[in-house]
Amino acid sequence: MTTNSARTGTARAGVVAAASPAAVAAAGDTGGTSVSLRDLTRAFGGTRALDGMSLDIAPGELVALLGPSGCGKTTALRIVAGFETADAGEVLIDGRDVSGVPAARRDMGMVFQSYSLFPNMNALDNVGFGLRLRKMAAARRRQRAAELLDMVGLAGQARQYPHQLSGGQQQRVALARALAIEPRVLLLDEPLSALDAKVRLQLREQIRSLQQRLGTTTLFVTHDQEEALSMADRVGVMRAGRLEQVAAPDELYSRPATAFVAEFVGTMNRLPGDLAGGTVTVLSAGVPVRDSGQAGGEGVLASVPDGPVDVLVRPEGLTVEVAEGGNGIVSARTFLGAITRIGVLLSGDTEVAVDVPSTAAAAMVPGTAVRVALAAVPVLVAPRKG
Amino acid sequence: MAALGERPGRRRSFPVWRWIILLIAAAYFLIPLYGALKFTGFSAFGTVVGTSGFGSSLWLSVRLAIVTTLITLALMVPTTIYVHLRLPRVRRLLESITILPIVVPPVVLIIGLLQIAPPALKESPYLLSLEYVVLAMPFAYRSVDAGLRSVDVKTLTEASNSLGAGWPLTLWRVILPNLSTAVLSATVLTVALVLGEYTMASLDLVTSFPVWIVTNDQTSAQASVASSLLALFVTWLFLMAITMIGTRQARRTGRGEVNLFSVTATTTQTIGESS
Repeated sequence: MTTNSARTGTARAGVVAAASPAAVAAAGDTGGTSVSLRDLTRAFGGTRALDGMSLDIAPGELVALLGPSGCGKTTALRIVAGFETADAGEVLIDGRDVSGVPAARRDMGMVFQSYSLFPNMNALDNVGFGLRLRKMAAARRRQRAAELLDMVGLAGQARQYPHQLSGGQQQRVALARALAIEPRVLLLDEPLSALDAKVRLQLREQIRSLQQRLGTTTLFVTHDQEEALSMADRVGVMRAGRLEQVAAPDELYSRPATAFVAEFVGTMNRLPGDLAGGTVTVLSAGVPVRDSGQAGGEGVLASVPDGPVDVLVRPEGLTVEVAEGGNGIVSARTFLGAITRIGVLLSGDTEVAVDVPSTAAAAMVPGTAVRVALAAVPVLVAPRKG
Repeated sequence: MAALGERPGRRRSFPVWRWIILLIAAAYFLIPLYGALKFTGFSAFGTVVGTSGFGSSLWLSVRLAIVTTLITLALMVPTTIYVHLRLPRVRRLLESITILPIVVPPVVLIIGLLQIAPPALKESPYLLSLEYVVLAMPFAYRSVDAGLRSVDVKTLTEASNSLGAGWPLTLWRVILPNLSTAVLSATVLTVALVLGEYTMASLDLVTSFPVWIVTNDQTSAQASVASSLLALFVTWLFLMAITMIGTRQARRTGRGEVNLFSVTATTTQTIGESS
């Protein structure tokens, strides 16, 4: 189990600011709530969806839970929301255990993966629904709902019903509806997964921008690493009901704690090597092995004995040059804009991906003999895969 | 160009076949009605309305339809929603139970019920309503079930809960309004069933409108046919009114229209799936 202490989110640059200051002010500053999950366990039949998961989220922080299907991330979110009950463990909101509090009284805004707008209400009434339950006067409620719709850029769609809105618009209304009640915690359950790529990109920037402005503590579940890395202050990578690592996106990418995290986040090459006394021999060179700094996880230095190992290297950690009689042959070339990803088949049937500047990739057509080498930086090793 | 030339031809020929089928169907239904109308003459309608028992039997049938519909909806809507959300595993069992009234003959139902009904209820015509609830169950359940399948009830419920609404409010403000089409469809089918049911009413010695028509047939054939036609038009107008109300709301919220034919299609399909 990996438990990281909470860390206050830092401001991130390059985020689109879609809302007017007045609209944001109308939504209110709802920051200041901390969330702690303590040893959460939940089993469905014989399957353990959560296996002693712990996580601390600081006030105003956006934490993303990232992992493959079935890793337990949605179960964790639903336990926080109050839609599921943990078999063991507790959920603390500002230090108070809310495990016995029904969902309706937890004061948490939630945006769901599937479209969840009430079909019988227009956008304005959807946003005003939570306010109506809080006995807000009709005129004030409508004004506030309109302000929130303005905040998500849908002031002109206030009278439209869900079936008249696009998927992206529906999710923005759902976001406004969740924020309208000034929730202590905002829960996002893969809210972008049903949208097309362009809308997804716009909306994730908008969500992040609003979350930062409002300072709402947010737990975001996704299986899309790009979403998690671009939006979150910290990302928790989950596997089989446990958190493998919780870290800032750049740390997660550059210093993965385990082989699973290393391979799940970004592209990772596996190269055969031989480990001996803290140095691994790979591609005919000796390279120091990096200690991930965390003990106990699969693939960290402490748990890998000397002998045959797999060396984990990112595409940008390798170099490639055209060389007659080199150690590989170009098998594929993918243009990605400023860089081009070169696929190289090494001797021993090992396929690796290497990123090179597109200007240098022109000569590397498939079939070209090349030499792949390792940059002289410490690498992560994992037990050899069968 | 040849392909382009063929398309308008296809477009023209398709409606022709539709019209032919429509005309055949219309003739099948309308010719007997025309024959009946010719047999009775318009003057018979005036006679029917003035005949003893017409108004009281029709009013009784309407009351039975209203009571039956209310009991049916009060029983079936919460039950079906609860099973959908909390007990999805017993959905098959519920489907099987609701088919029973179709396979058990009405005579068996009424004899069994008369054996166990309290004396006070036996003397009331509203005992029939309880029997009709059983008869309407397959149709009402399938209408509501189809409505629930067309809406993501679980997500809507959770969204409502997360915004602070408890169960009663969620049911009243979120789920029921989104089931209005299904509920209206169930209403249409239940009302149609009650207004046309003869066997149970006859065995129960209740003079509902269909029973009155058959009884009246023995005194005046023309008046009987006229009253049948009148009953048909009254029922048709009643169902059209319900359908129009439902369709107006359905168009506003983008949901399916209340339509007798589509309801029948959905019901048939669901029965087929479950068997």
